[in-house]
Amino acid sequence: MPFTIRLAQISPVLGDVQANLDRHLELISQAESDGMDLIVFPEMSLCGYHVRDLAAEVALRRDSAELGALATAAKATSAVVGFVEELPGFELCVAAGYFEGGGLLHVHHKVYLPTYGMFDEQRYFANGSRVRAFESRLAPMGLLVCEDIWHPSTAMIAAHDGAQVLVVIANSPARGPHEGTWDTEQAYDGMLRAYAGLFGCYVVFVNRVGYEDGVHFWGGSRVVSPDGEALAQAPLTEEAQVDTTIDPSAVRRARIATPLLADENLDLTIRELTRIRDERTRP
Amino acid sequence: MSGLDLDCALVERTLTGFIEEELGKFGFTRAVLGLSGGIDSTVSAYIATRALGAESVTGLIMPYRTSNPESRADAELAAGELGIETLVVDISPMVEAYFEGRPDASKERRGNKMARERMTILYDHSMALRAMVVGTSNKTEIMLGYTTLWGDMASAVNPIGDLYKCQVRALARHMGVPAAIIGKAPSADLWSGQTDEGELGFSYDDADRTLYELIDRRRDCESLIADGFDEQLVRRIYRMIRDSQYKRRMPVIAKLSHRSVDRDFRYSRDWGR
Repeated sequence: MPFTIRLAQISPVLGDVQANLDRHLELISQAESDGMDLIVFPEMSLCGYHVRDLAAEVALRRDSAELGALATAAKATSAVVGFVEELPGFELCVAAGYFEGGGLLHVHHKVYLPTYGMFDEQRYFANGSRVRAFESRLAPMGLLVCEDIWHPSTAMIAAHDGAQVLVVIANSPARGPHEGTWDTEQAYDGMLRAYAGLFGCYVVFVNRVGYEDGVHFWGGSRVVSPDGEALAQAPLTEEAQVDTTIDPSAVRRARIATPLLADENLDLTIRELTRIRDERTRP
Repeated sequence: MSGLDLDCALVERTLTGFIEEELGKFGFTRAVLGLSGGIDSTVSAYIATRALGAESVTGLIMPYRTSNPESRADAELAAGELGIETLVVDISPMVEAYFEGRPDASKERRGNKMARERMTILYDHSMALRAMVVGTSNKTEIMLGYTTLWGDMASAVNPIGDLYKCQVRALARHMGVPAAIIGKAPSADLWSGQTDEGELGFSYDDADRTLYELIDRRRDCESLIADGFDEQLVRRIYRMIRDSQYKRRMPVIAKLSHRSVDRDFRYSRDWGR
């Protein structure tokens, strides 16, 4: 069944979870009134990006009142929200939560934490250790966060695990203003289209906007169909909400027309990767 | 120079958004900046005005006795084009009062004093006008350290600090800065006849090309020289970057405790904003 999706391209307040939570609840309620099936917020949408030493202060436990309030709000309209999760062993992870039917259905912890150039995420956060697809009432989904998709293995695992809709939430900083767009936007555009085509799935991308300490986040949220076509695209730079419809039957058509996933030789891939890993770790 | 070519419309949009948001987060709606009549402060004024509106920007013109009169005329020309308020504060009395008993002070000492005098006046007006100080230093001078520490480098927010001189020029053309301001020889105007390129001993275009390769493209000196860059220029620029690193940092704090500012006490400036 086709379902409606809203991309909530917002600019969170840095370190003010309550203010951001209030905004989320308001936008989820609005999306419900507008008949949306799913609303997707950017990475770290409850706390902002450069939290640095605030990481522990903004982190939420699985049983926190804040996540509870989001679960309660996400009844008719499901929601993807970005936050910092504090695990029972006190590790802090960059998390993407999928709220559905009054509960928290699935959490993905960002696997790849960029710690180079302008990024220092590994200093503050612990790496996620799994990529799993999950069944939602709307479609089989996969959730990834920003840097995760610079490693094509994550999207490949999610697709082979059953994801037909790959939701990628991001805080991508703008770099290289060339020819009407950012170098960063061009790089993401190529990846999102490639994943949609190579894995025969929808790719939903939601990036934040706004500025933190002079760093600008470029927005440009979009949905790419399995044919590699951008169905809906939010503007660069500005806060925006963009709606579109996802039709899971397009995944079926794409995968039958071009059965790349079915043809994948997983045995070969696993065997060769295992060999490479063993050769690298051999004394 | 293609790597230095930017999309000026996108740059303008990003920098006006930067001024609007970074001021707004701290409850400011007004900006104040020094207007020298040169291209850097003019471009900063254009960005601030497009972001906040002419009624919310004040340009301070702060001449010294020996300043070129054309500088003030160009500052007034830019302010007139923008429709922003200007205030003139002659810094000669303060600077001369200080150097009265120090007749042997070099022109560099005098130049630094003038730059810092202007800084204190800007920050006084920041409070008086409830306006944030907008910076006017470009990436070329910041990287070369061709600035006065706590003087012209000082500001609350700087829209042009990641633009090389040639990029500031391109943005100036895009934003409609008067040609007279774009075309004249850049000068700190601290003493008569001073020009940046005369003092530096190389052109801004050569500096920009070299800095871009060394910094943005992470090239090393040897590979640039092998590509035909002038060896003396490359080595000199590398040394200038290294030797001015202290100007790009906050003061070094002697570490004693388990948690010291900026070393293991790390928060963004926009904390809670």
